Amino acid sequence: MIWIIGALVFWLAAWWLNVQLSKRPKSRGLSLLVPAIFGITLLVIWEAAVRGFEISPVLLPPPSAIAVRFANSMPILWVDFLQTIVKGGLSGFVIGCGAAFLTAIAVDRSPFLQRGLLPVGNFVAALPIVGMAPILVMWFGFDWQSKAAVVVVMVFFPMLVNTVQGLQAADHMQRDLMQTYAASYFQSLIKLRLPAAMPFIFNGLKISTTLAMIGAIVAEFFGSPTVGMGFRISTEVGRLSLDMVWAEITVAALAGSAFYGGVALLEKAVTFWHPSQRS
Amino acid sequence: MRSIIPILTVVGAIFVVWYAAAVALNSAWAYDKAKRTGQTLTFSQVVADTMEQDKPLLPAPHQVAKEIWKTTVMKKITSKRSLIWHGWITLSATMLGFAMGTALGILLAVGIVHSRAMDMSVMPWVITSQTIPILAVAPMIIVVLNAVGVSGLLPKAVISMYLSFFPVVVGMVKGLRSPDHMQLDLMRTWNASKSTVFWKLRLPSSMPYLFTSLKVAVAASLVGAIVGEMPTGAVAGLGARLLAGSYYGQTIQIWSALICAAALAASLVMIISLIQRITLKRMGMAS
Repeated sequence: MIWIIGALVFWLAAWWLNVQLSKRPKSRGLSLLVPAIFGITLLVIWEAAVRGFEISPVLLPPPSAIAVRFANSMPILWVDFLQTIVKGGLSGFVIGCGAAFLTAIAVDRSPFLQRGLLPVGNFVAALPIVGMAPILVMWFGFDWQSKAAVVVVMVFFPMLVNTVQGLQAADHMQRDLMQTYAASYFQSLIKLRLPAAMPFIFNGLKISTTLAMIGAIVAEFFGSPTVGMGFRISTEVGRLSLDMVWAEITVAALAGSAFYGGVALLEKAVTFWHPSQRS
Repeated sequence: MRSIIPILTVVGAIFVVWYAAAVALNSAWAYDKAKRTGQTLTFSQVVADTMEQDKPLLPAPHQVAKEIWKTTVMKKITSKRSLIWHGWITLSATMLGFAMGTALGILLAVGIVHSRAMDMSVMPWVITSQTIPILAVAPMIIVVLNAVGVSGLLPKAVISMYLSFFPVVVGMVKGLRSPDHMQLDLMRTWNASKSTVFWKLRLPSSMPYLFTSLKVAVAASLVGAIVGEMPTGAVAGLGARLLAGSYYGQTIQIWSALICAAALAASLVMIISLIQRITLKRMGMAS
């Protein structure tokens, strides 16, 4: 009982603190501190609820147990991370986004193909592509190549649609200006239209980071070597050692956030001129 | 309408590539078979064989179409081999998860728009929550909820909900904030209360944003439902058909389940666009 009351008190105190903090003028430190307090509150409530209601650790391990497990099985987690994220996810991400980018540039010169590709691409991007995973695992074998293939298929269409849209973003005045400069197609592509497309391209890249993580992990459910995050999650769930599963989820969350954050930082550096980046 | 011909061209090109790939991928098996019986095959015989294999690496479109015809129209709907039956199971989980996700998303968005503290503390975590590959957690959610005694529709719907609430939150926050200063000031001059501003100004002007994100959300929740069906041991649903197909190497079955899932996703999105068009038209917001 004491745990529950403690959690409630902590929650109220943290919420009050956040309300007070959010009344202050905006600053960089504050916009990190407030969500951090909220996150810590969630962890405290979780821990206290598990202890207070005596929930079996088989069902929901407390954060402290997960942290211990995480610290103890660093080597396994690292190997899994390399196999799934670096080999499967990252290589598929690079190949898929690269291929989509090149395809977008290739169809750029034909408005006919663009008009056809945009609706089809939008349609395919909404489809449950993860379902392709069993087929691709069959084609490319159990190792990371098949995972990379799943990621390639998953990121290709969102990236393609965004890039094609981005290449149309430069407006008529700007294009006319390039024309009056007698710029060739490639000059105006590189100097005007690619930079103008960058916000769209980065939007596609950001969507793709999450898709890449999902694709690489889910593909492992259909067959994998005896390493990998998806493999570990499905076997440890079978053995009911959920603290290990949560440790893998922590790795996935950290890797996913770092991946997304990296792309966002790159975006900030490349599209510094865009209104959404100036503030 | 003028984009019909380009679209048809692209779709046609996809079919051509599909047939070509089917011939290329399946010919190895055809040659292998011929070698064992000591025959030599002409090219046309190889092509004919690649179109009719039992377990091809890549089934040709007409094989998939035949399988879909056989498992939807020819079977009774209650039969466990009917794709309509499996599709219905997936659809019901999708709809439940979609409804839950939309409700959660709208509630969160309303809170975020009205409370600055909530905006600052919850919004970053909503974004972070999507960098976690939730589908990877699906098996655990299913197993844990099963252990607590919750099984059937709800565990799958929970996964759908997690995937679908995010686009709704983001879209609705944008939508509820879309009235500009002039409009808000006008409400103020009328001495409108916060709830009146919400019901008469914020909510109506958020509708276009809501429908746009609903389209994304419904597609996402279908993906959630399909993946949620995989770890239950392939009992029922389109995801179960995918998994069973991959266990037994039934490629035609996988492809037909996949095409059905795609058709389901497309029709769900289309239904929402239809509702969107009617609603916005009646609200006088149609563009």
